[in-house]
Amino acid sequence: MSESTAVLSTPPAAPPTARILGLHLGVLAVLFALHFVLPDYHHISLSRIMVLACFAMGYNLAFGYSGLLSLGHAMFFAAGLYAAGLVAQFADIAAPGGFLIGVAAAALVALTLGAIALRTGGVSFMIVTLMFAQAVFLIIYYFGTYTRGDEGFVVPDAMRVLLGLDLADPTVRYMTALALFAACLMGSLALARSNLGRVLIAIRENEDRARMLGYDVYRYKLTALTLSAVMAGAAGAAYGLLFGYVGASFASIQYSIYPLLWVLMGGAGTVLGPFLGTVLMFYLVDLTSAATTAYLLVVGLVLIALILFFPKGILGTVRERYLPWLP
Amino acid sequence: MTTFKDRRPAGGKANTTGADTTGLKGADTKPAKSGPSRRGVLAGLGAAGALTAMPGFVRYSQAQSAEPIKIGFQVHRTGIGAAYGRWYDRTTMAATKLINDAGGINGRPVEIIAEDDGTDPKRGAEVVEKFATQHGCDIAFGTLFSHVVIGSAPRAGELKIPYFVVSEGHHVASGMLNRYTLQPGITDVKSQVIAMAPWVSDNLGKKVTMIFPDFAFGHNHRDFFTEAMAAQGGEVIEQIAIPPTESSFFKYFPKIPSETEVLYHVMVGPGVLTFVKEMGEFYGSNRPEIFGFIDSLEAVDITSPGLEFLDGTYLWEGNPRQAQADQSEHDKFYREAVGVDARGASVDDPKDVSTYAHMFGCWETLNIVKVGMEACGYSGTKDRGALIEAVEAMKDMPESRAHPQGAKVFNGKTHQVFGHQFISQVQGADLVKVHTTPIEAGYYEDEVDYTTQPL
Repeated sequence: MSESTAVLSTPPAAPPTARILGLHLGVLAVLFALHFVLPDYHHISLSRIMVLACFAMGYNLAFGYSGLLSLGHAMFFAAGLYAAGLVAQFADIAAPGGFLIGVAAAALVALTLGAIALRTGGVSFMIVTLMFAQAVFLIIYYFGTYTRGDEGFVVPDAMRVLLGLDLADPTVRYMTALALFAACLMGSLALARSNLGRVLIAIRENEDRARMLGYDVYRYKLTALTLSAVMAGAAGAAYGLLFGYVGASFASIQYSIYPLLWVLMGGAGTVLGPFLGTVLMFYLVDLTSAATTAYLLVVGLVLIALILFFPKGILGTVRERYLPWLP
Repeated sequence: MTTFKDRRPAGGKANTTGADTTGLKGADTKPAKSGPSRRGVLAGLGAAGALTAMPGFVRYSQAQSAEPIKIGFQVHRTGIGAAYGRWYDRTTMAATKLINDAGGINGRPVEIIAEDDGTDPKRGAEVVEKFATQHGCDIAFGTLFSHVVIGSAPRAGELKIPYFVVSEGHHVASGMLNRYTLQPGITDVKSQVIAMAPWVSDNLGKKVTMIFPDFAFGHNHRDFFTEAMAAQGGEVIEQIAIPPTESSFFKYFPKIPSETEVLYHVMVGPGVLTFVKEMGEFYGSNRPEIFGFIDSLEAVDITSPGLEFLDGTYLWEGNPRQAQADQSEHDKFYREAVGVDARGASVDDPKDVSTYAHMFGCWETLNIVKVGMEACGYSGTKDRGALIEAVEAMKDMPESRAHPQGAKVFNGKTHQVFGHQFISQVQGADLVKVHTTPIEAGYYEDEVDYTTQPL
């Protein structure tokens, strides 16, 4: 047996499952513990961050793992937000049903969009997703009689109830956000370590080669986009029900860029990166906006520094340099 | 027109916690439980001391025991509302200085804690949370843009922090919000529009074509004015909605019926100069009467190139931008205190035009807060409910230095104030007031009674 054959036949080192599980469950345990010790403002903020991190994790599935650079993910977030809000407003459907309808709406939008947009790739995909998102944004305005357009509307208090628990209650809100976050985090982890995840990464790295190996690239991409939208829609529905407001600004281009920035900051293609990016970006804006109106300039400088020193995002670079086992 | 239903149970949202809800902590208190509470653990571990020693926590912990009345100022410093925010800021600071110079509120100085909301509803809600839970503010105040108000109000209600908005939106009086949200310093758009209809009908014409932005602000004008004109025996013969993304308006002008006697416009945003210029090019010298809302031109110099076509047309003003021949002593005092010259611009920079038709609302609201706090003997956040009740009990507000825009009548049930409206004509480089409406002209039926909701 030649030396080269021997190298090829050596099985890759098994991923340290216990370590990986320990890390992610540890993060969830810390978030649970923080519920008891955080000051009120940070407690509320972390509830919101966890919901938005689900949005980011959804984006990461499409962008980080599948290489689908979308500029229209706000439409999935908004689909969940509006579906949950409108059925609460007009059909008296409370939180559990509204949440599921929100998720289903986002999945439906993704399947429809994907059937068209995934026939393109690269820059074309970016433009198509951007245009579809803008169309969704304008549809919200068009049906202003129901959506109240740019003003939005308040989700009725009576509909913000989950299993008899008031979602406006800080503890219930935090724990609900944590439960959603845990589901998205562990779902992302399972996906990243599954055969599906590996195929998606293969498509991201070399789509032609994956196709040549016999994978139905279109179907895999559609699956990835739909799963991504499900998480984004879940985040949108949860946001509306937990914080009581539904508005068109959440469907604007700004909210398509945010998850991209959160993922790039934390590390695209890492399971924990989107959460880290969301936390850092939230507090970066929160702290700098209290000090200067030029806070977006500060944010921009930080992002430039990030690109220079952490070109693959914080956890992406950490994985590359120090922790190769990090999923 | 509203399609929204008030789904609160009778008497408002039930207090499901069974806990004391008179103060902030009670408001955000969780149901009683046998396990460790967040507060309990925090105290037990001595974590508070450790946390307050951490960067970013220090000033907030100190804020809990500070003596001034803390007013959280939710200001549009960035985003689409920045021009308004700049002048709301100046007006707020001027009013605060006067209140403090006169001894503060209940002998305590007023401290304004400003946070930029980016004119974004998500950030707006976060800012209100920050006021209530981090800065320890007594009230939140000062929001203008409707979507920020509507996005923030649910959190204000849940945190039970009085939220005094200066928005002119109908969302407060419509019943969409909650008992903790009030608008005592500025009239709402429904009242403004209703008050305009009789004058327009009597003086400009009966057949009106409306051009409005195709979003909620424009829809409010469309619905309220159409109804009000019909009540005056007039008719809105065409409604032309302009999509928010539009940058050129030529294609819309041919839709204006030739029998139009009055063109009613409420275009807002950066496209307004283009809108007026193209409207002038379309009509030339043969135009119908034109009536608009100054919202389109707040912070914009009326002599700006492109606005020449507005000469001779009429504008609603919430407060006349230019000092008028019959200027009151109160307006003179207010104008000088804020630093606005007779033309409505900054005394330091004639090109820095104010948002005069709206910003008086900040001045008047702060004075109402002062009166309300002194009436209820406000001593701290536990008295927030008493402050709400004290303001709800207000009714007549005579014209004074505290109310330089004019006399007002507050409706405690709907949390909305009513007042005079002004119609000015563009005469060359000037805005000349030609009509003042009576307060009663803006009245409409109550759509909510917030006083039935629990505090």
